[in-house]
Amino acid sequence: MFLRKIATVVALTTLASSAWAGCGISEGRVSIVGNEFPAIQTIGAGAMECAGDGVTVETNLTADHQKINLPGMTGNPAEFTSAIVANSSIVALMNNDVIRPLNDLVAKHGQGLQKSQLVTIDGNIMGIAFMANAQHLTYRSDVLKDQRLSPPTTYEEMLVAAAKIRKSGLMQNPVGGAYKAGWNLAEEFVNMYMGHGGEFFKPGTAEIAVNNQQGVDSLNMMKSLSEYMNPDFLTHDSNATSAEWKAGNVALMNMWGSRIGALRGDEVDAAVVAATATGGPMTVGGGSTAASTLWWDGWTVAKNISDADAEATFIAMMHAIRPEMLNDTTSPQAVWLIDGYEPTPAAAGVFAAAAMGTKPYPMLPYAGLMHSAAGAELVDFMQGKETAEQALAGLEAAYTTAAKEKGYL
Amino acid sequence: MKHKTFFWFFLPTALAMFLFIALPLTSIVSQSLHTPHDAVLVVVESCDPFGCKSETTIDHEASKQIKEEQPKGKWVGFEIYTDRNHLAFKEVGELWENKTNFIDFVSNLNNLPFYRAMGFTLTYVIVVTPLVILFGLIIALAVNSLHRHLKGLMVFFSLLPMIVTPLVGSLILFWMIDARGIIGSGLQELFADPTLSLKASTGLTWITLIVYGVWHSAPFAFIVFYAGLQTVPKETLESAMIDGATRFQQVMHVVIPHLSPLVAFVALIQLMDNFRVFEPIVGFSAEAHATSLSWIIWNDIGQEIRLLSSAATTSVLTIIGVVILLLPVLIRTWREFNPEK
Repeated sequence: MFLRKIATVVALTTLASSAWAGCGISEGRVSIVGNEFPAIQTIGAGAMECAGDGVTVETNLTADHQKINLPGMTGNPAEFTSAIVANSSIVALMNNDVIRPLNDLVAKHGQGLQKSQLVTIDGNIMGIAFMANAQHLTYRSDVLKDQRLSPPTTYEEMLVAAAKIRKSGLMQNPVGGAYKAGWNLAEEFVNMYMGHGGEFFKPGTAEIAVNNQQGVDSLNMMKSLSEYMNPDFLTHDSNATSAEWKAGNVALMNMWGSRIGALRGDEVDAAVVAATATGGPMTVGGGSTAASTLWWDGWTVAKNISDADAEATFIAMMHAIRPEMLNDTTSPQAVWLIDGYEPTPAAAGVFAAAAMGTKPYPMLPYAGLMHSAAGAELVDFMQGKETAEQALAGLEAAYTTAAKEKGYL
Repeated sequence: MKHKTFFWFFLPTALAMFLFIALPLTSIVSQSLHTPHDAVLVVVESCDPFGCKSETTIDHEASKQIKEEQPKGKWVGFEIYTDRNHLAFKEVGELWENKTNFIDFVSNLNNLPFYRAMGFTLTYVIVVTPLVILFGLIIALAVNSLHRHLKGLMVFFSLLPMIVTPLVGSLILFWMIDARGIIGSGLQELFADPTLSLKASTGLTWITLIVYGVWHSAPFAFIVFYAGLQTVPKETLESAMIDGATRFQQVMHVVIPHLSPLVAFVALIQLMDNFRVFEPIVGFSAEAHATSLSWIIWNDIGQEIRLLSSAATTSVLTIIGVVILLLPVLIRTWREFNPEK
C-alpha cells in the first residue's frame, strides 16, 4: 500500500517535470515570492509546472511576503526573480527600483495578454495583473431571513441589523472584521475614509490631511462596528475573521472577495456554507462612494537578474496565467483578469464593487507610510483611550515624521 | 600568561568581536545619522486594470545622480533621535508645559511611540527579572531535594519551556488563552464572566505577557542555580543544622549567600534579555496593547516602508538602554573582583 503511494507520487512528479517542455524554457532560474491565498497558490503551482532540466522553479508563498520581497530583490543577483504584488505593494518595489520594465518581454512572449492587464507607469510596463480583488459585504442569509432583515447596503444599516441580531440572542457578536492592529486596521480606515469621500493628501503634495470631519466620522463608525465584534477584534486578521465565520459565530462582515471561496470549504458546517451570501461593498454616511478599495494582484520581474532568468521567469509566469488554467476548481478562487474567465457566484461581490465605481487603492510612493502610521496610531482610539481627533493628530504626526525621514516632505 | 601568548590566544576572539560587533555597530550609528535623499517626484500617466490616470511616482533617473554623489544619504545629525517617533524632545517639552498634573503628563507621554514602548519594556523588565530569579531558585531547591532517580527526569521537564522556540511557545499559548481556547474558557468559568477576554484589555495583556516571560525564562535561572547548588559546601550546611537552623534558615544564610555571584549573573543576562522583549508581542498579537523597542525596529524594517534610519536609531537607543540598565550590576561585579586594597 505504502509502496504504491510512493509509486504514485513518483509518477506524478515525473509527469509534472516532463511538462516543462510545454513552457518552452530551456534554462534559467525562477523564484517567486507572494502572498498566500488560494488564487496565488494556483499561480505558484502553475509556474512550478515549468520546472525541469536546467530550469529551477521555487515558490515562497507566505502572508509575510511584503516583509521579504524587497530585501530578497535588492541584492544582485536577486534571490527572487518574481514578486506577486498588489497595487499597494508594487509601489514599494518601484520606490526602490528593484523591478524591471517588461516592454521587451511582453512584445516577445506576451501575445495572450489583454491591454487592461498591463500595469503601465509612464509607458513602462512594470507588472502583469491577473486578478482583481475588493472587500465587500458577506452575510448569513439564514440569520438575516430569520430576523426579517434585508442585506445591508450601508454601514448604518449594518449596525441596525447587528443590534437586532444581538437582541434576538442568536449571536452575541454578529459582526466580523479584520481589525487587527497594524495593516488590517489601517486598511479598514482607508475603506471607511474613502467611503466618506475623504482625500488622504493635500492635492499634488505628500502632506497628509486626514484630521478632518471625514476622518472623525470614519473612526466613529469603526468604533460603533467594533462594539458588535468579538472583544479580541484587535488581534483578528483576515484568517482569524474567516475562522470566526466558518465557526458560525458571525453573520455580517466586510471581507475580501478572494477569501469567499475558502469560506465554503469542506471543513465548514453545511448550514453555514449554504447560508454564506455576498453583496456589493457598503456605503457610509449617506455617501455614494463605496467604503472599499479596488485591488489588482499581478506579478513583476526583478531587475537585478540576468536576462536569461528574466525571460525564464516571464515565460513561467505567463504559463501560470494561461487561459487553459481556468477550470471548475480555479475559477471560483478569484476574479481572474485572464481571457476566457467566466464569473462564478463567488465573484459577485467584486463585480458589484467594480460596477459601483469603487476607487482603487492609491498607488502613491508615500501611501504605505500613511497606512503603516494608521495601523499603529489608531489602536488607542479603538480601545477608548483617546478621542478620534487625538488619534488622527497622532497619525498625522507619525506619518509626517516618517515622510520627512524618507525624503518625501 | 605572557603578553605574547595572551595576544595570540585572544586574537581570534578579538577578530570575531571586531567583525561581528564593532563593524555592525559603526554601520548602525552611521545609518542613524543619515536619511535617504529627498525623493524626486514626478507625475506620470499610470494605467492598470481599473483605468488610466495621473499618478505621482519616483523619478529614478534623477534620484540616481544624487545617490551616486552621496551614497550614504543625507547627513541629518541627531535629527532622527529627537524626532517625534523617537525621543520626541519637542513634543515632550510641549506636553510638560501644557500639563495639568503629573498623571496627565504620563498618560499623554504614552501617545509617543518611544515612551509607549519604554513603559511596557521597563514594567516587563522590573517584574519579570526578580520573578524569574525567585522561581528559578525555588524550582532548583525543589528539584535538588528529590530522590536521585527522579532528578534527571524533572530537570528535563523543567527545561521544556526554555527549549520551545519563543515564537512557537507564545503562539501555542495565544490560542489556549483565546476566549474559545482551553485556558480562556476555563478562566471564564472560574470567574463566572462569559465576556472575560485576556486579549481585549491592556492590563490583562500585560499580565499575560509577563506570565509568559516568567514561564519561558525561569528554566534558565533554574539550571544555573541547580548547578550552583551542587557546589554548596556540605560542612557549612551540617554545622548550620547542628546549630539548630531550620531548612528556611539554612537556605537564607548558607545557600543564598553562596549562590549570590550566580544571582548577579542571572540578573545580568535577564535584564538584557527582558529589555529586548520581542517574540511574545508578535506571538500574542499584542501590538495594540504592548510594544517594545525591538518591536519598533521590526515594525520599521519588516514592512514595505523600510524606515532604515529610524530602525538604526532605535537600535542605538536600545544599546544605550541596555548599558544604563546593566550599569548597577556591572559596577557591583567590578567591585567584587577588585576589592579595595
